[in-house]
Amino acid sequence: MSDVLRVLDAGPAVTLQDLGRTGYIAQGLTRGGALDRLALLEGAALLERPPTAAIEMIGYGGAFEASMDCRIALTGGRMQASLDGAPLAWNASHLLPAGAKLSIGGTQSGAVGYLHLGAGFEAPLLLGAMSAHLAAGLGTILTPGTELALAADTGTRVGWQITPEPRFSGGAVRILRSHQSHIFGEEMLARFTQTRFTRDARANRQGIRLNPEGPGFAAQGGLTVVSEIITSGDIQITGDGAPYVLMCESQTTGGYPRLATVLPADLPRIAQAPLGADIRFELLDHMEAARQEAASHARWRKLAQNCAPMVRNPADMSDLLSYQLISGVTDGHEGGI
Amino acid sequence: MSFPRISSVGLSGALVTFAGEMDERANRASIAFRAAVDTQNWPEVSETASTLVSTFVAVDLSVTPFEEIKVRLETLLGSRDWYNAAQPKGRKLWTLPMCFEPARAPQIEEAARAAGLSLKDALSNLTNARPHVITIGYAPGQPYLGPLDPVWNIPRQAELTPQLPAGALVVAIRQLVIFTAAMPTGWRHVGQTAFRTFDPTRPIPIALSPGDEIRFAPITADELAEFEKGDSMGGATWEALP
Repeated sequence: MSDVLRVLDAGPAVTLQDLGRTGYIAQGLTRGGALDRLALLEGAALLERPPTAAIEMIGYGGAFEASMDCRIALTGGRMQASLDGAPLAWNASHLLPAGAKLSIGGTQSGAVGYLHLGAGFEAPLLLGAMSAHLAAGLGTILTPGTELALAADTGTRVGWQITPEPRFSGGAVRILRSHQSHIFGEEMLARFTQTRFTRDARANRQGIRLNPEGPGFAAQGGLTVVSEIITSGDIQITGDGAPYVLMCESQTTGGYPRLATVLPADLPRIAQAPLGADIRFELLDHMEAARQEAASHARWRKLAQNCAPMVRNPADMSDLLSYQLISGVTDGHEGGI
Repeated sequence: MSFPRISSVGLSGALVTFAGEMDERANRASIAFRAAVDTQNWPEVSETASTLVSTFVAVDLSVTPFEEIKVRLETLLGSRDWYNAAQPKGRKLWTLPMCFEPARAPQIEEAARAAGLSLKDALSNLTNARPHVITIGYAPGQPYLGPLDPVWNIPRQAELTPQLPAGALVVAIRQLVIFTAAMPTGWRHVGQTAFRTFDPTRPIPIALSPGDEIRFAPITADELAEFEKGDSMGGATWEALP
């Protein structure tokens, strides 16, 4: 019997997510995977291993306990986290002792947080990935009582932190033209980049609605457009003129016209924009978009450089004993006290 | 605008489009061209798909310049007449039990009105049609069926219906779709089946393939309820097409 992480309590949108599945677009299945792929990479960097499935928590986390001592990392949108009542730093790795209660509450910045386990999970592959793809009926949301088998972890480092790429409060999002931009015209595209948007409450793993300040947008051909391929980040304009940014669990094809598409490297920023956050769009030409995307990928390959031992200020510690308990069983890489 | 046309899809790949609207020959061309791209085994191509009138070629354009892929696609496009490509081999004729009663197909009357047909004529038109699977998309195994008679060239609704169930048959722009899973839609709900287009627990999770033909066997709401107690094939049967 392998060791497990038990879900004691869970918010309404808590699922297992890895980098998703490729190769199924022709059969109607989008890649899916983590909404914030960068957060998966940050967790992997903290735990010094390749990216693998983590627990994705949209808006609210839950409570968890493990049957053995294990390493964890917390990344993505910051949530209130504690270990047996003592606060835990976000964007950091920690030891989760067997039987201790890890509590993760609501988001404090950003929109979606990630709980990574040392070497990840031993979950069955569904069409080649562990990711739940709820729109496709693959996998399930995690509910209290669920037990997730833990993969054997040979790593030892905990007590490290990572400086995340800023992306947790909306802001400027880079876009480029796609195959349907011409049916909106350059004038509308220009107005789109001059418009301020706020993130709507209608948001899930399939798409995120943005409300324009001022009038909406429309394709010149009206609503009847031939259904065409969708890729993550496509900005779809529905009948009422408001844009939806289509996310990783969207449809593979759709008949609502798309005005432009978000640079893949900026999808984490869209995913993490909290309810009501301001968003504006910056249009890049194709060559510049390709160059900036490649630059992001190059940075993401070197996330280990953003990791450092945690430096703790004893004045911030509400329960000094619990911290010492944790640091006492690490491998000595921890900084600070 | 002339076709075929090659465009970039953001930084996610290239799209070869064979027509500006749904067209039988363009649909066949997109399926045949996709097969041809697959046989090239280009290392930059992570996957391919055909849509109604296009072939999608997935390539990371932040790594491989679009122009480089475009030149290769142009060469392949020029190598034959894709519009007169043969239909895929191994096609099936499916018979799907389908309930058109308003209790389970609440927008059948509204859709008939939009098409300018009486309810009776709309039903006989749909049950006499033999649409084929023109693409699988949107959700796993979800078929787009068509083309229907021109009277069915009705637009989508401006507002989304918040949720329709799996197995819903919906109509717009001379096409039908059978929903794989519950989802919001702008298409009108005109039928309901217990057949599931995707079931990961079946030996073949996705039953339908592009080129397959479909006919509907009308059933009552009571008969549908019986099928819904059974397996995920919902009474669907098939025979080989010559």
